[in-house]
Amino acid sequence: MARVVLKLGDDISTDIIYPGRFMATVLPSETPQYAFADYPEFNARLKGGEIPPGSVVVAGKNFGCGSSREQAASTLKGHELIVVAKNFARIFLQNAINLGLKLVVCPEIEAEEGDELDILPDKIINKTTGKEFKVEPLPKARQAIIDAGGLIPYTRKLLLEKAAARKKA
Amino acid sequence: MSLTMVEKILARATGQKTVRAGEVVEPKVSLAMSHENAALVINQFLEVYKDTGLRPKVWDPGKIAIILDHRVPAESSKTATNQKKIREFVAAQKIKKFHDIRGDEGGICHQILPENGYVLPGTVVVGTDSHTTSHGALGAFSFGIGATEMASVWTLGRVLNVEVPQTIKVVAAGKFQRYVLPKDFILYLIGLITAEGANFKVLEYHGPAIEKMDISGRLTVCNMSVEAGATSGIVPPDRETLRYLREEAGVKGRIDIFGPDPEAEYARIVEIDVSDLEPMVACPHTVDNVKPVSKVGKVKVNQIVIGSCTNGRLDDLAVAARILKEKKIARGVRMLVFPASFRIYQQALKLGYIADLVKAGAVVMNPGCGCCLGVHQGALGDGEVALSTTNRNFKGRMGNPKAEVYLCSPAVAAASALTGYITDPRKGGR
Repeated sequence: MARVVLKLGDDISTDIIYPGRFMATVLPSETPQYAFADYPEFNARLKGGEIPPGSVVVAGKNFGCGSSREQAASTLKGHELIVVAKNFARIFLQNAINLGLKLVVCPEIEAEEGDELDILPDKIINKTTGKEFKVEPLPKARQAIIDAGGLIPYTRKLLLEKAAARKKA
Repeated sequence: MSLTMVEKILARATGQKTVRAGEVVEPKVSLAMSHENAALVINQFLEVYKDTGLRPKVWDPGKIAIILDHRVPAESSKTATNQKKIREFVAAQKIKKFHDIRGDEGGICHQILPENGYVLPGTVVVGTDSHTTSHGALGAFSFGIGATEMASVWTLGRVLNVEVPQTIKVVAAGKFQRYVLPKDFILYLIGLITAEGANFKVLEYHGPAIEKMDISGRLTVCNMSVEAGATSGIVPPDRETLRYLREEAGVKGRIDIFGPDPEAEYARIVEIDVSDLEPMVACPHTVDNVKPVSKVGKVKVNQIVIGSCTNGRLDDLAVAARILKEKKIARGVRMLVFPASFRIYQQALKLGYIADLVKAGAVVMNPGCGCCLGVHQGALGDGEVALSTTNRNFKGRMGNPKAEVYLCSPAVAAASALTGYITDPRKGGR
């Protein structure tokens, strides 16, 4: 079971998730402090450890639109949040998969802050309202990266295969 | 089989006869661009090599471009340290296309790439910046990726697991009115199809209005294609592309010119007649909140910005200089101008544009991204309003979530500088 801790609307940009003025901070170990920095109350709850890992952010359409900044994915990954949205902007979606941030595409999702969700592979059950919503699969092109646990281990595997093949030749 | 522009490019980049939308491919990359976020790419690249026993080595130092532009000169010690780390990596890996903070080579990445002839039609370009869509103006398939994805490209020389995107064909007929510019066209299109209207798709531009548009205008259109969610914008290369590459970018080698097949399959066709188009304005806080300037009402502005990868080129400065020459910017308005590169800065100096702008009261800043992304060089005060030729008006974008940003063409920006409120350049200021 996962609790909705933040409810957002459509077109949530990466400037909202991770404001540009913090972009000089790049390391995934340092970015979590600035998650939703312009929502000071939510940011304080995150930093105060009040939000347990596995909590859910629910959003509308086009979540993560705008800049390609990977900090927007690493800052949420740092808190182990799950993002459920009607759909995602392309670069954000890829960054999230590459870093292992959990995203769920759920075009009809209805949930409010405080609701308890049961997130299953093919559907979400809102335990608070009793309603069910269909989950869409992530792009199939990205499955190999998800299976490898992210793009870094996946690339490392391909690099080692390439090096081994070169040695053989 | 009939292919779209991007299907043709991806077939070439994967050594196949054809590829179709939806297929998963791993195209070879001709150019891989980063800016200050190379600092994160370097970190992730070293992470890939960790515990492999292999010495970290980029796949091809000639195909990597790094341009310092987002925070130049450094606004903080943290940025300065990142930039230092990048210089050391560039030297160690012998990366060729590096543009430092220098008056003889610097500028915004999306201007530096075209003007140095780094982008060729028919190739695959990736960049760790969402506005990498810009380079579709030269007929490349050019798209934004994240830093970890770039680390993977630096390692392997190809982009892993790319789904061939569907394409939306945009046909622009007619002729622009005076003071209606490519920026107005792309703002209108984004308003029409919305901020997610082209998500995961490519916008392929056709029609007489595009054919007559120069590369600078096409760069503006492709640059902002991402604001409709597009993976890339692309203009099939033509005589104007060749002219630009040979005469302005100094390309000596082979240039392949090809377009999509006439019977290619498109997800959607959007037709626009630009003849009746008015100057357009994107109102706060989304780029698709677009209105004709006549419907915006009397909006008082505090800061006017001309510049960025969208509208900081010579023709943008020219139109602003023409409107402001021998006039004065309204009291209470501050106007910041960021030429897109030092080459443009020098051309504008020679042509007298810089003098015209400064005499009118504008502050001409050093080429770079400037205040567009809200880090430095022109933050907004609480409750203030900016009118800007940049590409994003998201809440907080210019450094203050309590301020508002409107987006427009350089003609609207300059006309508004004279009056102090958002003004139709066809009617002029005062």
